[in-house]
Amino acid sequence: MSTMNLTVHVWRQKDARSPGKMVPYKVSGVSEHASFLEMLDVLNEQLIDKGEEPIAFDHDCREGICGMCSLMIDGRPHGGQAGTTTCQLHMRKFKNGDEIYVEPWRAAAFPVLRDLCVDRTAFEKVQQAGGFVTANVGSAPDANSVPIAKEAADRAFEAAACIGCGACVAACPNGSAMLYVAAKLTHLHMLPQGQPERLHRAQAMVNAMDAAGFGNCSNHYECEAACPKDISRDTIALMNRDFTKGTFAHRPRDTKGDGAG
Amino acid sequence: MSWFSSYVRSSIGAKQVMAATGLAMVLFAIVHMLGHLGMFSGQDAYNAYAHFLQTLGGPKWIARGGLLAVFVVHVASAMRLVARNRAARPVAYAVYKPVRSTLMSRTMAMTGLVLLAFIIYHLLHFTLGMVQPEFFHKLDQAGRYDAYSMFVRGFQNVGIFASYLVAILLLSLHLGHGASSWLQSLGLRHPKYSPKLDKLGPAISLILFLGYMAPPTAVLLGLIKLPGA
Ligand code: FES
Repeated sequence: MSTMNLTVHVWRQKDARSPGKMVPYKVSGVSEHASFLEMLDVLNEQLIDKGEEPIAFDHDCREGICGMCSLMIDGRPHGGQAGTTTCQLHMRKFKNGDEIYVEPWRAAAFPVLRDLCVDRTAFEKVQQAGGFVTANVGSAPDANSVPIAKEAADRAFEAAACIGCGACVAACPNGSAMLYVAAKLTHLHMLPQGQPERLHRAQAMVNAMDAAGFGNCSNHYECEAACPKDISRDTIALMNRDFTKGTFAHRPRDTKGDGAG
Repeated sequence: MSWFSSYVRSSIGAKQVMAATGLAMVLFAIVHMLGHLGMFSGQDAYNAYAHFLQTLGGPKWIARGGLLAVFVVHVASAMRLVARNRAARPVAYAVYKPVRSTLMSRTMAMTGLVLLAFIIYHLLHFTLGMVQPEFFHKLDQAGRYDAYSMFVRGFQNVGIFASYLVAILLLSLHLGHGASSWLQSLGLRHPKYSPKLDKLGPAISLILFLGYMAPPTAVLLGLIKLPGA
């Protein structure tokens, strides 16, 4: 098994209010089978041994499904390997002696909390604004009682693969969240259960996205290239259509006595 | 109308305002180019076309007013968007490697600003006659403004030719992105048509570049001459 020695430049920032800077660290004996996060674990062990503060970074499942890991690696979200999250990126993609730059997502809507951890509450706010369907309580309906075309189910599923990591925002030169919001909208748009609130949902989630301080889309499509779940920009076109329909054709709601949503 | 102003201020609304005004200007640019290809049909035909446009009266002023409005909205909303996008990424990355965006898409603001300056210069040149006043509003034999000779004299000057070449190159870069981007902004995307439609921007750019540069190049090469020369 071959190991490597690397120089890792990491953004260090004490807390949300302190200024931060890039700090170079040497890390030795990294296995080529390690994931990128495991390499940071090794580096942290070495820092702790030296009595230094370990690097804070987000992670949870370490198997590409939770969306917590969120590192800008050498100028690409999740390191730029197609369809891969940081936790699933392997060190065999790097060479002995490499210099690697690791930064947090950069966006006004994602303030840095500490080192490489950012606050992604803005995504939750967008989701809360409309990313749900209204369902009756009581016993669960029979499976497949509502017919759904295979193509529609597939497209809903592709969009639902979004893990909300924020790589789209990180990759966008404008810090725009449109791919995330569009994925959430497309997921529900494609299904019959999503229809009653469809146009209202597009309005509500886009307004929440704007209020959170994300940038605008300039159709650079960096988001699509960065998405670890390969979500297509077609979802953004769909969102644009629904938003437009909602704006020009939707009858205003009677909000008297209106509950959630 | 409060829904309309919040639409225009929203992120998607602002994209669509850019798309609609941009599209209107692309259509104008195509018609404008076709008009100038008339330089190849000689002084009489070109001056007749110029005379027709200049004597339109009411419709001419409506078209000019409309174009100006579209232009101002496009520029003003672009400036607002650029400011918002800068604010959305307050700290730059130490290392950032774009992979999908193009040089054209990333330089839209810069090419747009240079085009703004060019269009003012272009109006001063051919509409207000302040760049080469000695050639402006001369009459031809039929008593019409001799737009043909003004055009020829303009592009016999290598400096003026070069400035237009640079401007048309930048226009092509701007539309290489813009003339396909509007489809996405308006949500016009479908797997049946999009692979072809994605080439619309580069295609329009190329056509406009060739169409706009053909008459000036013909002048510079001496293929289009002053009457009697
Ligand atoms: S840690 Fe869960 S997706 Fe990477």
